[in-house]
Amino acid sequence: MSIWEYANPRKFMAWSRPVVPVTAVLAAATLLIGVVWGFFFTPDDYRQGATVKIIYLHVPAAMMAINIWVMMLVASLIWIIRRHHVSALAARSAALIGLVMTLIALLTGALWGQPMWGTAWEWEPRLTSFLILFLFYLGYLALWAAIDNPDTAADLTSVLCLVGSVFAVLSRYAVLFWNQGLHQGASLSLDKKENVDDVFYFPLLFTIAGFVLLFVTLMLLRTRTAIRGRRLQALEMRERMSDA
Amino acid sequence: MIRLFTRDLVLAVRAGGGFGLGLAFFLIVSVLVPFGVGPENELLGRIAPGILWLGALLACLLSLDRIFALDFEDGSLDLLATAPVPMEAVVLMKALAHWVTTGLPLVIAAPVLGVLLQLQGSAYGWLVLSLLIGTPALSVIGTFGAALTVGLKRGGLLMSLLVLPLYVPTLIFGAEAVRRGAAGAENAVPLLLLAGISLGAVALLPFAAAAAIRMNLR
Repeated sequence: MSIWEYANPRKFMAWSRPVVPVTAVLAAATLLIGVVWGFFFTPDDYRQGATVKIIYLHVPAAMMAINIWVMMLVASLIWIIRRHHVSALAARSAALIGLVMTLIALLTGALWGQPMWGTAWEWEPRLTSFLILFLFYLGYLALWAAIDNPDTAADLTSVLCLVGSVFAVLSRYAVLFWNQGLHQGASLSLDKKENVDDVFYFPLLFTIAGFVLLFVTLMLLRTRTAIRGRRLQALEMRERMSDA
Repeated sequence: MIRLFTRDLVLAVRAGGGFGLGLAFFLIVSVLVPFGVGPENELLGRIAPGILWLGALLACLLSLDRIFALDFEDGSLDLLATAPVPMEAVVLMKALAHWVTTGLPLVIAAPVLGVLLQLQGSAYGWLVLSLLIGTPALSVIGTFGAALTVGLKRGGLLMSLLVLPLYVPTLIFGAEAVRRGAAGAENAVPLLLLAGISLGAVALLPFAAAAAIRMNLR
């Protein structure tokens, strides 16, 4: 039994059915713990005041925005190489979530930037690359929506995802060129020295886990819906055939 | 392949499409900018590199949907797909023809429009050079976008949405090279990066575009 067995639509439906409620509950629990702990039981930062608490939404959303694109890239590659339909549908399902995550990151960033930097928007490398990422998500979803034939749509969006990834990385480094970083460095890394203070660190871990679980839940749900939609289409097609 | 190239060239010139239209668009954009921002020479001179690059990019975008659309409608794209020439070569020739009919005239027209926009004297050489290096990338990336949307009824708007984010790095490095050149600063780095993008796009994107066309024709 290989890992690809799980990509069979029937198998996928079978294993994802019990998984969805579990991840949903876990996501709700971790998000609740993280947000309540973060919002009400951590001290205000001595310079940033209460605005520091936006970190609990901003950082996980930004992480997810990038990682979802990577997941779409992997799913697109799987579709191109092995042509598993579930993989293509999963990529499509993830894209909208990624779009929303990017939007959350941009908006929370703007809300935080207004009092802290004195500006909601600045043409600054990190912000700009996120805006470009947002445009990439938009284009990807628009291409999916524009093409009728689902297989062609899956093919073309996969190619777009591959090429787009290269250009997204290029853009990321191109905007660094302006060289006027206002955004602080990474809040988290495995190298402990750079991390934010422990007081903020542990609730943050909870919300990050919550966002990941939320994404998994939504992605599985949307993929299941897409598979059902595909089955419905097939049934309707068969119905029409037998009528004729 | 050369036949295909000359055919596209002749078609473009005779149909009166991309050739004049792109140039006219470039002219109008450059003329409209002073109306929009006001006739202050100093301000215009400062934003001229960016405006000229942006105008060239938009003019390029305008003529992209012609690359494959006509051939798709009359069925010659199907013939090209079954021809002994590989699809990648067809795409490359199409992009080359697009560059010669759109990119090259833009490069030649840019200095003239630079006068209108009060471009600084030291920037003309850099403007032409950067456009010369950068427009092939615009053509090839655009060809990829056109290949993605070739089968669609109203692909033009969608194509802009797909292609414009891909143009970001080219635009940044191109305009930056001119800006630094105008200020007399060191600009070899953006120029080299621009050349890198062009060469990389010319080398790799025809494969992606050809794959997209095959998927669309299936």
